[in-house]
Amino acid sequence: MLWLSCPNCGSRPIEEFGFGGELPTVPDRITDPHERDIDYVWMFDNLEGTSIERWFHQAGCRRWHTVSRNTITDSLDL
Amino acid sequence: MNEFVETLLEMKWHEPKSSYDVVIIGGGGHGLATAYYLATQHGITNVAVIEANYIGSGNSGRNTTIIRANYGIPESVRFYQHSLELYAGLEDETGCWIMHATKGLLWIAHTETGMRAERARALINTACGAETRVVGPQEIKQICPQIDLTGSGRYPVLGASYHVGAATARHDRVVWAYAQGAMQRGVTVLQHTKVTGLIRDGERVVGVETDRGPISAGIVMSAVGGNVTKIAAHADVRLPVRTHALQAFVTNAYAPGFSGIISDSELSCYVSQTPRGQMLIGAEFEPQPSYSMQSSFNSLASCAKKITSCLPFLRDLRVLRQWTGICDVSADFSPIMGFTGVDGFVISTGWGTWGFKGIPAGGEQMAQLIATGKTPDLIAPFALDRFARDHAMADLGSAGTR
Repeated sequence: MLWLSCPNCGSRPIEEFGFGGELPTVPDRITDPHERDIDYVWMFDNLEGTSIERWFHQAGCRRWHTVSRNTITDSLDL
Repeated sequence: MNEFVETLLEMKWHEPKSSYDVVIIGGGGHGLATAYYLATQHGITNVAVIEANYIGSGNSGRNTTIIRANYGIPESVRFYQHSLELYAGLEDETGCWIMHATKGLLWIAHTETGMRAERARALINTACGAETRVVGPQEIKQICPQIDLTGSGRYPVLGASYHVGAATARHDRVVWAYAQGAMQRGVTVLQHTKVTGLIRDGERVVGVETDRGPISAGIVMSAVGGNVTKIAAHADVRLPVRTHALQAFVTNAYAPGFSGIISDSELSCYVSQTPRGQMLIGAEFEPQPSYSMQSSFNSLASCAKKITSCLPFLRDLRVLRQWTGICDVSADFSPIMGFTGVDGFVISTGWGTWGFKGIPAGGEQMAQLIATGKTPDLIAPFALDRFARDHAMADLGSAGTR
């Protein structure tokens, strides 16, 4: 079972958390402001490796945290 | 030698040439079906399908083999109904036995909200040519005598939508049928060949770099599954796709027989019986993106707990195997097919956890798109630019998982 480390509650099982998505990044080569908005809203980096993500501790302290997770092993970089 | 291997016609493997009219990346169902229809319907046979592993080694060989068209938006119902009809005729067309069996699918609801969704589903399916009707608990019991209508006291069954045309087919055989049909007509299938990049001429994509050397192409199509983001990035194409792991498992054989397919979107699980008698059970995909194909006990336990509440006989069976695939889940839970905005590069992706049922129609329509250079009407709503046009095809409730 994957456990996430919550700064308030300590290490808790992943079922208690809600996945809020990776921090959106828009590539610099997209310069048109409208295109940048579309990319920001819809497109995902879908990184293979370390991904910086937002997680919500919904069954705990109910706060948002930024978590670094390895998507190849589906484990946390700590 | 089993019955199928004996009836399997010869597959002819080739060494890569330096140039093809069409190069398709990904030797799964969608890639091979596209090659097959290019050859059969459009006479385009100078085609290569490039597969990093063996054909059907990805999600085409890992899915739960359900073919259905009971979607919640008209464009999807029409597309999948066409696919369902192509599947029904595929054995006659290819001469391969794909073990196609029409079984009917019960989509169970446990709440009044769920029932409202099923009523809406039945209406929109009927309006768009798929046969679905709402059934009450008594009829559910007749269709599936094993069901516990009280849901073990926790998930009472209020009703269901019954999708009459739903079917299953053996997934590997579908892949082989298309591969064989395409190869007989001169299509090259390259197994164990990794695409490491795309060759660009200015903006245009003019070929692929592989670990067996560069191959130039008139047009390149990506039919890649979970790793599609990296392939598209070679062409500077950004995709609204995340890669999620999806798990499934089978039990040992259940002798009394189980005729239909049971699906449950409120509990996020679905079950059918394979021709070998094993009960095949699937679940929702993992909430966080992941490229890991590691199965988890957690997922097995939670899915088993939910599905046994409605089908208590499953408690007496043993789990034989559990496996995981990585799915390209699109932002609006509908597939993405068509042009990418980059010349010479078309895509069929976003097949997430619903790709198997779309193989024949997806392949046929993509072949038509490649051959004519125009987007066919059936898949026009599924173009990548729908996100920029603010026409997302949101249909989470029909994806079967989540």
